[in-house]
Amino acid sequence: MLFLDNPLEIKMDHSLPASDIASSTKPLSEASSAPVMDILSEPASEAFSAPMMNLLMEPASETSSAPMVDLLMEPASETSSAPMMNLFMEPASEASSGPMVDLLMDPASDDLKEPPKPDINPLADIINDAPLSEVKTPVAAMTQEPPSDLFDDEPSELFAEPRQSNTAKQQQTSIFDEPDEDLFSEPLGEALKKPQNDVFKEALAPVAKASNVCGPLSDNYNEDPTDIFTEEAITTLPSAVSTVSVNSKTNGVHSDEEEPDIFAEATVELSLDSPRNDRKKKEAAKPSASASAPSVSASASKPQPKTLEELDEEIEDKFELNISITNPEKVGDGMNAYMAYKVSTQTTLPMFRSKTFTVRRRFSDFLGLYEKLSDKHTLNGYIVPPPPEKSIMGMTKVKVGKEDNSSAEFVERRRAALERYLQRVVFHPSLLQDPDVREFLERDDMPRAHNTQALSGAGFLKMINRATDSLSKMTIKMNESDVWFEEKLQEVEAEDQQLRKLHIMVDSLVGHRKELSVNTGGFAKSVAMLGSSEDNTALSRALSQLAEVEDKMEQLHQEQAASDSFCFAELLADYIRLLGSVRASFDQRMKTWQRWQDAQNMLQKKRETEAKLLWANKPDKLQQAKDDITEWEAKVTQYERDFDRVSATVRKEVLRFEKEKARDFKKQIIKYLESLLQSQQQLIKYWEAFLPEAKAIA
Amino acid sequence: MHVVLCQGLDDGPDFLSEEDRGPRAVNVDLQTDATLQVDISDALSERDKVKFTVHTKSTLPNFKQNEFSVVRQHEEFIWLHDSFVENEEYAGYIIPPAPPRPDFDASREKLQKLGEGEGSMTKEEFTKMKQELEAEYLAIFKKTVAMHEVFLCRVAAHPVLRKDLNFHVFLEYNQDLSVRGKNKREKMEDFFKNVVKSADGVLVAGVKDVDDFFEHEKTFLLEYHNRVKDASAKSDRMIRSHKSAADDINRIASTLYTLGTQDSTDVCKFFLKVSELFEKTRKIEARVAADEDLKLADLLKYYLRESQAAKDLLYRRGRALVDYENANKALDRARAKNKDVLQAETSQQVCCQKFEKISESAKQELIDFKTRRVAAFRKNLVELAELELKHAKGNLQLLQSCLGVLKGDT
Repeated sequence: MLFLDNPLEIKMDHSLPASDIASSTKPLSEASSAPVMDILSEPASEAFSAPMMNLLMEPASETSSAPMVDLLMEPASETSSAPMMNLFMEPASEASSGPMVDLLMDPASDDLKEPPKPDINPLADIINDAPLSEVKTPVAAMTQEPPSDLFDDEPSELFAEPRQSNTAKQQQTSIFDEPDEDLFSEPLGEALKKPQNDVFKEALAPVAKASNVCGPLSDNYNEDPTDIFTEEAITTLPSAVSTVSVNSKTNGVHSDEEEPDIFAEATVELSLDSPRNDRKKKEAAKPSASASAPSVSASASKPQPKTLEELDEEIEDKFELNISITNPEKVGDGMNAYMAYKVSTQTTLPMFRSKTFTVRRRFSDFLGLYEKLSDKHTLNGYIVPPPPEKSIMGMTKVKVGKEDNSSAEFVERRRAALERYLQRVVFHPSLLQDPDVREFLERDDMPRAHNTQALSGAGFLKMINRATDSLSKMTIKMNESDVWFEEKLQEVEAEDQQLRKLHIMVDSLVGHRKELSVNTGGFAKSVAMLGSSEDNTALSRALSQLAEVEDKMEQLHQEQAASDSFCFAELLADYIRLLGSVRASFDQRMKTWQRWQDAQNMLQKKRETEAKLLWANKPDKLQQAKDDITEWEAKVTQYERDFDRVSATVRKEVLRFEKEKARDFKKQIIKYLESLLQSQQQLIKYWEAFLPEAKAIA
Repeated sequence: MHVVLCQGLDDGPDFLSEEDRGPRAVNVDLQTDATLQVDISDALSERDKVKFTVHTKSTLPNFKQNEFSVVRQHEEFIWLHDSFVENEEYAGYIIPPAPPRPDFDASREKLQKLGEGEGSMTKEEFTKMKQELEAEYLAIFKKTVAMHEVFLCRVAAHPVLRKDLNFHVFLEYNQDLSVRGKNKREKMEDFFKNVVKSADGVLVAGVKDVDDFFEHEKTFLLEYHNRVKDASAKSDRMIRSHKSAADDINRIASTLYTLGTQDSTDVCKFFLKVSELFEKTRKIEARVAADEDLKLADLLKYYLRESQAAKDLLYRRGRALVDYENANKALDRARAKNKDVLQAETSQQVCCQKFEKISESAKQELIDFKTRRVAAFRKNLVELAELELKHAKGNLQLLQSCLGVLKGDT
């Protein structure tokens, strides 16, 4: 019954927005603009699922294919529809059979044969010719339940979720979060999907690399993104823009654009996953039909009115990943000794192999992770959370020293700092997707990070790099076109200064509080002595009581000093480091700008040369000059795009950082104030107990 | 710089003063009537001296009026104290310890530095710092006044010393007493006297006392003095670091304020609220330190000096005892030789009388000392505990309401 009902419902739901797409495009733009935001905020994971579902569901439910074609073809027609078809069809052709797939296959091959011509018919035909129900069911099923069926061990659980949640919001999140994560993680581990995996890699490798496929799409992407980014706040976008972005997302190429080049490999893998999985979903879904079809289709059909923030928060709330670092342990002896920490992960994220796992890592491993992440992501303007600094002093103490107080404190401080560092990393949606992060958390035998082992070679080089960086910073004078960046950078710099000042003061407070603790202890002993020599019994008693109170106060001050240090000073230290990373991302933006400007100057020169050649009438060299110009024109366009992209990333990252910062500060300072509150409560208790003793002196 | 203080030294260390004014006059043996009441009604701080207005109310017939005031300086207090010490008649009494010299140098220096650094800080910072230092100055000033008052009150409450002529002159003579500070020679003499005294003190202390009471008091005071000295030093240190911590919180508050005023985002408002909270808590924290200073450190410091005065009394008695024993020996010898017997007898009698007189009053003085001490400690420790409680509760309330607001916001 359900099966029968579904198509109808889908039809009802979708016919309306779909027809609107054709006529006014409004609902569509609404529906698809939300996913666009997602992509921006939640880089890889959502990029694939959300738009994909929209795309696949809406057209599928459509009886008339016209809007669907629009949707799919518009961007493609600009260049060629092949890549898209490629993505859509090829995997299907190789991986699966069945009437539906066949249907989809044909046009794909058609398209492949005649790539340059934007051939709309085949696709339209597919959808038109296909029995309505046939097309609809698989697609609808595929979008929602497949992950459970295919990849999850407990399908019931996943099935239940979409069903339970009847509100569109919840459905959305469930779709966005969990199935997505499924898509990404599972295939990597699953052996049984290997063959397909391969097929896909082959099929899609060109997608990622070949300019033929990538070019047009990236063109689409690059023209529009600027709009998308700048109009971030606006929820509705011109339909063209949104369709394009939807398409590029669907193709999985979009993420390639966003990720650094170095990273392309990894993302290709990721992007491969999703279409393939979709294929698989399609297959698997068909037999199982779907009870949950209506709910998902409903959710997908609804325009997503959510703002960027709302989605972000939801995702944060849903974040099912807890990382703790425990059991710092000294390994080895003498100067070769090091501390190893137990890194425990608890997660429901399906991208990991199991729900809980622990690994042992040493400090340099953490640094190594940062190096890797920083190398990859800083280039693109990401704010990579920095790890705590190396402390030769502290570590030497630990290595040499016995179990004294200060080295225990050092170890604990470092442990906590590493924990916060790692939490920040996994909290970052794009960094979490990084294979190195996963490897760091999961892999038992991590290869040793080399260049962080000592401050020698690598550290020195880095210092030089930094020096040249700051030099170029001085020489590069950027006429800032975007006031936002200028203001933000100033803000960040002012804040950095204030935080540093504050950090010094809180450190001084910690110092004084420790001193106070020691001195209170000294006074307590002294008063105890005074009490013992006092010959009035009651006074003597009262004095020794006072000594006890002061003894407890010593403890209290010490605890307070610890919380000054752990809650407050460490928070500031973290943010001073983080602001360094923020500035680095601003610097990166400036560097890309500089590169663009340089290229422009170069192009200018080339043009001048051409003009000179023309004037001198030297046709033999003219061709070379023309080629140069074309080359540099391409470079200028490329670099400009890079700059726009980095700018967008920086802006997004800074906004994210600020939100995180606000939350962190609030949380930590409230925690700190609570510790102060507790101190005062204790204090009241102690003095209240003492008061009758004082009154009893006679 | 002029700081004028009014009568209400509400924060002053008024330990001991209960003997004269307080409702808890424990020391019944000391006069508590209204025949002689002394206080410092006013004080004026000038460049290098403090002028105290000593106000007296008395029904004693040797004063011309019932109520009068004179202006006195620190040196005159010292003169009065020294006159007591030098008076043989008072050898059997614990001479109330002289008030410490007013010391505003550190505070003044800071104010001066502040003036020099005026250009290098913002107006708000400057005003704040100035207020801080002025408050610090005022606190020291109040303390100084209180110490001087305590001295006068102790003398006025003493059954014998209150009748001292010098004291009456000090209270009544409305001109400058034209006492001068000691010159170099006198200071050197004092120094040698002290050396001799302490060497002699060791000798005298080594003599076994015939009287168990004094023997016990001697061992007690020796130990007590050392411990109270230690406790006083330790309490000073404790309070100093407490003050530093309060200062740190103050600076943290102003930096948070700067952070909070950078723009008007949510987190900035948050910073402003926390800054406001710290601004208040640091005031309380500073009050805690100040009250510990007044109720604890000053008490200990006073008893450091008073126990020294009691030790001095024991020394004088011990000296008299040794003299008496020597006179006895001399008499024995004289009798044996039958030579100068009369002279030796007279001398022996004088020594005996002196010793007995000292012993008699000293016993009462030491008992009084203990009574006063217990009462003062009780009063101050109770007040200390009450103030600590008051401040901790105030702090708690501030934190609670602030946390309520902050949590409500998030």
